[in-house]
Amino acid sequence: MGAHNEVSRAVLEVSNLTVHYGKVEALSNASIKVGEGQIVTVIGPNGAGKTTMLSAVMGMLASKGQVGFDGQIEGVPEVERMVARGMNLVPEKRELFGEMSVEDNLVLGAFQRYRMGKRDHGDTMEEVYALFPRLKERRAQLAGTLSGGERQMLAVGRALMAKPKLLMLDEPSLGLAPLIVREIFRIISELRRRGVSILLVEQNARAALQVADYAYVLETGAIAMEGPAHMLADDPRVIEAYLGLGGKHQDMLAG
Amino acid sequence: MDFQIALILGQDGITNGAIYALLALALVLVFAVTRVIFIPQGEFVAYGALTLAMVGNGVLPATVWLLLGAGVVVAVLDGMAALRAGQSKRLIAIMAVNLAYPLALLGLLKAMPLAELALALQVLVALLIVVPLGPMMYRIVYQPIAEAPVLVLLIVSVAAHLAMVGLGLLFFGAEGYRTPAFSDARFEVGPMTVTGQTVWVVMSSLVLIVALALFFGRTIYGKALRATAINRNGARLMGISPALAGKLTFFLAALIGTLSGVLISPITTIYYDSGFLIGLKGFVAAIIGGLASYPIAAGGAILVGLLEAFSSFWASAYKEVIVFTLIIPVLVWRSLTSHHMEEEE
Amino acid sequence: MKAGLSPRLFLVVFMGILLLAPLTLSAFYITLLNYIGLYAMVALGLVLLTGVGGLTSFGQAAFVGIGAYTTAVLSTSAELPAWIAWAGGAPWISLVVGLVLTAAVAVLIGSLTLKLSGHYLPLGTIAWGISLYFLFGTMATLGGHTGLSGIPAISVFGVELLQGHQVYYLIWAFLLLGIFTTRNLLDSREGRAIRALKGGIVMAEAMGVDTARSRMVIFVIAALLACASGWLYAHMQRFVNPTPFGLHLGIEYLFMAVVGGAAHVWGALVGAGVITVLKQWLQDVLPKLLGESGNFEIIVFGILMVLILHKARGGLWPIIVAGVNRVVPIRVDRRRIDPNATPLPRRNMPAAGDVLLEARDVTRRFGGLVANNNMSLSVRAGEILALIGPNGAGKSTMFNQVSGVDTPTSGEVLFLGQSVVGKGSRAISRLGMSRTFQHVKLLPTMSVLENVAIGAHLRGSKGVLASAWRMDRVEEDRILAEAARQIERVGLAEHMHDEAGSLALGQQRILEIARALASDPCLLLLDEPAAGLRYKEKQALGDLLKRLRGEGMGVLLVEHDMDFVMGLVDRVVVMEFGEKIAEGLPEEVQKNPAVLEAYLGGVE
Repeated sequence: MGAHNEVSRAVLEVSNLTVHYGKVEALSNASIKVGEGQIVTVIGPNGAGKTTMLSAVMGMLASKGQVGFDGQIEGVPEVERMVARGMNLVPEKRELFGEMSVEDNLVLGAFQRYRMGKRDHGDTMEEVYALFPRLKERRAQLAGTLSGGERQMLAVGRALMAKPKLLMLDEPSLGLAPLIVREIFRIISELRRRGVSILLVEQNARAALQVADYAYVLETGAIAMEGPAHMLADDPRVIEAYLGLGGKHQDMLAG
Repeated sequence: MDFQIALILGQDGITNGAIYALLALALVLVFAVTRVIFIPQGEFVAYGALTLAMVGNGVLPATVWLLLGAGVVVAVLDGMAALRAGQSKRLIAIMAVNLAYPLALLGLLKAMPLAELALALQVLVALLIVVPLGPMMYRIVYQPIAEAPVLVLLIVSVAAHLAMVGLGLLFFGAEGYRTPAFSDARFEVGPMTVTGQTVWVVMSSLVLIVALALFFGRTIYGKALRATAINRNGARLMGISPALAGKLTFFLAALIGTLSGVLISPITTIYYDSGFLIGLKGFVAAIIGGLASYPIAAGGAILVGLLEAFSSFWASAYKEVIVFTLIIPVLVWRSLTSHHMEEEE
Repeated sequence: MKAGLSPRLFLVVFMGILLLAPLTLSAFYITLLNYIGLYAMVALGLVLLTGVGGLTSFGQAAFVGIGAYTTAVLSTSAELPAWIAWAGGAPWISLVVGLVLTAAVAVLIGSLTLKLSGHYLPLGTIAWGISLYFLFGTMATLGGHTGLSGIPAISVFGVELLQGHQVYYLIWAFLLLGIFTTRNLLDSREGRAIRALKGGIVMAEAMGVDTARSRMVIFVIAALLACASGWLYAHMQRFVNPTPFGLHLGIEYLFMAVVGGAAHVWGALVGAGVITVLKQWLQDVLPKLLGESGNFEIIVFGILMVLILHKARGGLWPIIVAGVNRVVPIRVDRRRIDPNATPLPRRNMPAAGDVLLEARDVTRRFGGLVANNNMSLSVRAGEILALIGPNGAGKSTMFNQVSGVDTPTSGEVLFLGQSVVGKGSRAISRLGMSRTFQHVKLLPTMSVLENVAIGAHLRGSKGVLASAWRMDRVEEDRILAEAARQIERVGLAEHMHDEAGSLALGQQRILEIARALASDPCLLLLDEPAAGLRYKEKQALGDLLKRLRGEGMGVLLVEHDMDFVMGLVDRVVVMEFGEKIAEGLPEEVQKNPAVLEAYLGGVE
């Protein structure tokens, strides 16, 4: 396609990121860019390496390549450092603290800020509660007792407690009923309006392409396509990648 | 056995049980946060008691040399890691914590008339020497293999235990010590006499347990440790590093171990290798709690203490056999009620 | 690989040195070698237990104690009770009594503690290790802490082994017998079952291995080796007391195994040698150095162990082998495969079109979460059925319900007309259902051939004794020939003797299929076989599955990769949110709007 994500200021600039699991290359030479205030999505069928990419950017996995974040290049990203610098990941599995209350989960979201001497988590929590009134209702409840949608809200809310410059969301719609998926995507748009840059990894390509500004398609560990989201939304090859349709039925999808 | 004896045994059992409870809590905490089965917990008891004994005798405790040695190793490891990561600014802090502190302490101890200090100050000295060994030990022994399987960590724990026992013999000799009681008071409660030391042990344990509960329930660092225990990956994503959590946990475990040693040494004579059996009894209790439940572990500890006290009366030769055989039905019951067999390589 | 010296040559040289050693060495060194031999026997048991089987024991010294005390009591007690008097005074009889007693104690302790998961087991061994030690010290008949003396020497063919160099040959004969027995055992059907323990219980059980039995087998063998060591010790020392059977020795034995290399039989010998010599030297040097007496060597041992586990978790043996290899290459002897071995018997395959597997209204709840809701599906012989759906739809849960890994909350699973709910994967595998795993579960250091042979476990029957003393070779040849046949069938013949861990992921997945085929199944369950495969590999896999279908095999496939599924399968079942949302021919399902929505997400 030859397209590039032209941005005035990049929050995240990943170049030639490669990850190995033992001898298996799970991600090869992936390069992506997220501009300030942008929503960028990485879509692709399952097993394409989307989660691997986020984990490597975050420093949860060893990788080769360069991760430039907020104007500074990290050879080997280290999770705690990335969090301190304003990068936050909402993982696919949510990774909540199930036996702790909703409020404690949120407080821990601000742990790194607290450590750096910024004791403003009370105010941030009010902002999160404003965004997710449901969490306020349930604040004394244990996280493990929440419903699927509430858990996802808590996971996002907990990440917001760190006041991230870049929020990375891994499959936020996974396993959620359509109504809740819509709610989650509404919030993603809302976050962008508040100036948070977002990197969104999704299997739910349609929803992701609808909210995103720019999109990358990942297939078997490599970037296969990229372009402005609205253009990819109409690209038959995206559907092909997902369903193995050979482009036959895109007329039906368009309808 | 008459009622009088039963009361005395019960009192003994509860006193020891309170110590075992503290140790059990530390063991559960360490395992939950770091997956380390902390066999050397008992050595902190012995080091605490014997360091206090040395201070009481006006001798410079040799443990301070261990502190210095461990500090040097940590400074080298951390210093090299910082240089490799290009963070040479951190060197000063590393040196201050790991080298300057032990040296300052050493100088202070040499300057002070140790034997003439008040008992409370002597206890403080013992704590200042022994407790920092906990986080240093985590840094040297466990942090490099923090991701290893539980079994490897266990073997490493046994190795560390062995090394500490050997060092204990070197530092304190083969002779046992008893430290003076915190209080010589005696209380007549109905038909029984309660010694001041018993009250001290039980009350200190309770205070410490309450303090720990407040730490875990109210402070963000306490919550961070709980979060690490519940979900390590989740905690990392919040910026709570396993190394930080590990050092903090080992600090607490060393604090609990040292305090336990200080509390128990007026009651029983402590030798360089006494810690192991004391620690193991804490283990029996911790395992009763499935290495997970604090209240059950504490209750189990009292049970172990009572069982030990009463079996020492009825079958004193078989006292240890009875206490340690108790662990097997408990283990069987525990593993039958826990469901995750797989993926525990 | 073919060039280089035969490992046999090294063995012959080693045996020669052993044979001649007493003629040249002083009594001091002979005694040292005797101790090394005795310790190595115990460490050998730990190699089997820890390095091979993945179980850790700190209590082996207690079994040594049982062996030593049994013979001590029987050969010194003047007034044995009548029922056991026949065994008095004769060391060889008391060896047998000791072994029987040890086996009984090991079975008892094992049945209590081997069920313990993970770290509970070693903690349990610490507990009974201490308890038995205290028992030795307190029981009056065992002489208390002073112990028992006046134990006679062993006689062999009328010669009393009174001197160190005499008992030396007996000790090393015992040790070598132990080493060869263990090596034979590991290279057999039973041995593969034992080694499969490290690949995870789920995999081993799915291949038909009774993992509880395998654990017990190695636990008892390790105990017997320890007991024999104790028997030799008692008659060498002519005196026993509780000290050498305490927990500290139990710990030392484990250290020997780990230092030497817990995954290799020769590691036991290396570890025992290094630790024993080091201990001797340190006990000499350290007190002089420190100006005090005491067992300061434990400081060095502790630090050494920590370093080894930090830097070289595999122990010294692999390092030694690599070092020797650099100087003189050692030949790697491949397992020979006999193409003329009589093929293993096969089961009667159901006729094409017969229903093999039928799941009816299967529901699985985890607490409040319904992972599978009223799922039904059926697979026929000569058909490939795909179970597809987006991530988190509950496919894997469904897979676990039909493969016997999990039990449905309600509903029925029938295989060949029989209900298999609650039967466990071992029984299901015996019926003719075999599977692969989403996250490949194989034994990376074993060859491809051996990995596949695990699949044929239920088609052999030779037990531990037959394996240990090589009376299983005919059956073994048949099993290996069958494994080789399956490897050729799936197209991995050129990797037959490679380590499984050296294969690419795609090949490892194919290997798992060969392993499943080795059990002669009529139904294959494949969990995401195409994940991580390259295009060419997918094509090859598709061709293989088509061939199997042609031969009448039924295949149930759980898959994400729609591309792969669509050209291959006969029917598709689509899941979302734990329920079936569509079923039918691939081209029908592809057009189904519910399926499109499930995969691509809803549009407003």
